[in-house]
Amino acid sequence: MAGVSAAVLTGFAVVVAALLGLGAASAVAPRRIAALGSLGACGVGFVLALAYLLAGAAPATLAVPLGLPGSWMTLALDGLSGFFLLVLSAVGAAAAAAALEADADATAPFLPVLLGAMALTLLAGDAFALVLGLELTSLAAGALVLMRHNDSAALLHIGVALPGAACLIAALALLAGGAGGDFRFAAIRAHPPEGWPAVFVLVLALLGAGAKAGLVPLHGWLARLLVAAPMHVSALMSGAMTKVALYVLVRLLFDLSGPAQPGWWGAPLLVLGAAGAVLGALRANMADDIKAVLAGATVGSVGLIVIGLGLALAARGADLSTLAALALGGAMLTALAHGLFGSLLFLGAGAVHQGAGSRSLVRLGGLIHRMPVTTAAVLVGAASLAALPPSAGFAGQWMLFQAVLGGPRIDGFGLQTLVCVVAGLLALSAALSAAAAVRLLGVAFLGRPRSPRASAAEEAGQTMRTILIALAVASGLVGLFPGGVLSLAEPALRRLVSAGMADRAGLLAVAPQADLPGYSALGIALILALSAGLVVWLVRARAVPGHRFGPVWDGGFGPPPAWLPFGDPLTQYGGASFAQPLQRVLGAALLRARETVDMPSPGETRPARIAVAMEDPAERALFGPLAALRPRLVVLADRCWLPGIRRTLAVVFAVLVFLLTVVAIVEQF
Amino acid sequence: MGGHHGAFSLDVAHLLGGAVLVLSFGLLYQRRLGGLINAYAAQSCVLAAAAAWQGWVQSAPALVVTGLIVLGGAGVAIPVALHRIAGRLQFDRAVVTQPGIFPVMAAGVALVLLAVLLAAPAAAQALPREDLALALAVVLLGQLMMIVRPAAPAQLVGFLSLLSGLILGIVGVPGMRLAVELAVAVLVLAGAAVAGVYLLRIRARFEEVDAGRLERLGGAAQ
Repeated sequence: MAGVSAAVLTGFAVVVAALLGLGAASAVAPRRIAALGSLGACGVGFVLALAYLLAGAAPATLAVPLGLPGSWMTLALDGLSGFFLLVLSAVGAAAAAAALEADADATAPFLPVLLGAMALTLLAGDAFALVLGLELTSLAAGALVLMRHNDSAALLHIGVALPGAACLIAALALLAGGAGGDFRFAAIRAHPPEGWPAVFVLVLALLGAGAKAGLVPLHGWLARLLVAAPMHVSALMSGAMTKVALYVLVRLLFDLSGPAQPGWWGAPLLVLGAAGAVLGALRANMADDIKAVLAGATVGSVGLIVIGLGLALAARGADLSTLAALALGGAMLTALAHGLFGSLLFLGAGAVHQGAGSRSLVRLGGLIHRMPVTTAAVLVGAASLAALPPSAGFAGQWMLFQAVLGGPRIDGFGLQTLVCVVAGLLALSAALSAAAAVRLLGVAFLGRPRSPRASAAEEAGQTMRTILIALAVASGLVGLFPGGVLSLAEPALRRLVSAGMADRAGLLAVAPQADLPGYSALGIALILALSAGLVVWLVRARAVPGHRFGPVWDGGFGPPPAWLPFGDPLTQYGGASFAQPLQRVLGAALLRARETVDMPSPGETRPARIAVAMEDPAERALFGPLAALRPRLVVLADRCWLPGIRRTLAVVFAVLVFLLTVVAIVEQF
Repeated sequence: MGGHHGAFSLDVAHLLGGAVLVLSFGLLYQRRLGGLINAYAAQSCVLAAAAAWQGWVQSAPALVVTGLIVLGGAGVAIPVALHRIAGRLQFDRAVVTQPGIFPVMAAGVALVLLAVLLAAPAAAQALPREDLALALAVVLLGQLMMIVRPAAPAQLVGFLSLLSGLILGIVGVPGMRLAVELAVAVLVLAGAAVAGVYLLRIRARFEEVDAGRLERLGGAAQ
């Protein structure tokens, strides 16, 4: 068993080295090898991760002669990193395959670097390797977007990632300091932090990993980066990069901080996760760009996962390890599910952009006729986003709901109240996600085309179709067999919350408690298929021959008149129309949405227009003061400017003399 | 290392170091540029003697070589170059303005006290920290000269004497590696400062050696 682990770890180290080397090589070699090589490496990684998890996931470490002077870098593999490596290699393989379709442009060398950096983060066995991998991830992601000349999104990403890195380094330094300055995770694990240092570790880890995962309130960059990046990179970032950051959060809070931390540690995660879940899903309902819709959904799914993590921390602190395993298992299942369906949806959005020439809901519509395969694949992804059974998204959210509903078993009135509020917000976010999925599918793929370009959309190419179908099948399999996925997560659960789901999650059904009935995806799928077949059979059997149109309410969008073959696109129910009720009910309060009607005066020929302006509360509260601080800093710097070399020297000299005096005085005593 | 570790050899080393320090005060005191350059030449010669003496005491021929290099570079070449530049630019006999002598001298004495205090507590250790105190005092006085003198040539000489302090510190530490190389590096720095941009550019552009004028110009430009 240990032999398998060591071999797999060595294999992964080779894969990481190959990916990083591939990035360097493809800067000079033909760029197409970057995508091909990444695809191969991810395939190998997937097989390795699956073999490792199936073989029982025995921990292994490996020292490599790299890193800080005088010390070797440690790589480590356990159930947690194995599970996330599985997610990464699955998503990475899809993204690399999609990169084959994309132009081999200047960004190509950064794709293997991004993949290798993420794998290095997951394989890290000491603080140095973790920070190195995470920073390389951020830089590669920034470079991928910066090379496409989308400077503001990339710079915002770097601007958030760097303070995040500072927080993470501080957290790791606190942990390593507690372990006598030993950076290795094994040493830190043996000396978990206590008291105030532990609280600082919690705050810094939340800030650092949260900034990199797109956790509210540090999510503004993620939405912009996902919109700005090329489609396969967006898929990789949404599906894998946010998960890697969440892995770091789990590693720091669950593993390195030790099992003895108090239950209230879960409270900040619950609050931030619930806020992210609701805000992300709401933004997904408001956006017009389909990639922005998916970016909102990504922020929401990060929130969902963090809710699961928070609940697991709270339950573990109260010694309810079965509940903690349920919550953490739900979070990990959601992470895998979103990794698959998130990248599926982003790749579908890319296919739509290529085929229909636009990503704006205002210009799309009716794509189901022209792009049937893409539509079917997106339907599978959207079902997961809407958490419809038996989709992958439903399985994860079902477990999260069961965990939240079991939350009141945790003692403490404050935490119980919080869990109840979070349960309500979780339901709200699920409803909002479902609305966003319906809006995406209904406006972009159903109905009639809103632009001539959309009416002449072309189906995605053979490679793209294959990738979409593969992702849809993988997502469907995860949805049908959540118990199988949980058995892969079992080693991580046992290690982190000292209880697993093995007694509750079989291949056919998953139950919240061992003696309660559970959720059987396969059963539900069978019932759905049977009833659908029954309905079809009934309709066929009872139908009278021929058909006629009856008068129905059409919302002002009638059948196209003879002089307008596509109908008037403006009269069709569109993305903004879908968003308006939610925007008036929730958007006005949460996103400060304001509608302004621009009514032409009598006699003018221009049309009346309705404009909606909204702003994210987190960005307003966070970046507003920062932006206001800048001119003040400029004024301050201007005042500090000293004319002439002599005065500058005098200041330096005065500081030097002052410090020397302090040293002299200190030395006397 | 061997060598002659007698009280006498230490006394001579301190005497030479002290002479370098006293000549630093001379630099602070000098008003005419010609005299300033001569005082710097004298300081460099004493510094060369100090280096050579350390070489003999520590039985380190490298330090003797250092002394010879310092003598040739800082004792002869740089002062000659400075004189020639000053002669060509015709401010050889110009009085370089400077604020009141007394407060500057008082500040210099205070800096020497500070240097001695800094080096004092570790005097019992094996390292001869008095040498370090002298070197530190020379560095501080050089900096002081750079900021109290408004005239650019005087600032340059202040910078050069600061470098002399560095060399004094380098040669004073027994067993210091790369002493020759460090001294040469410092001298190259000094030569670059002299030959380069400072005087010629200022003279060429502004017909003026008073750096204060530059500051006023900078102030007017903003």
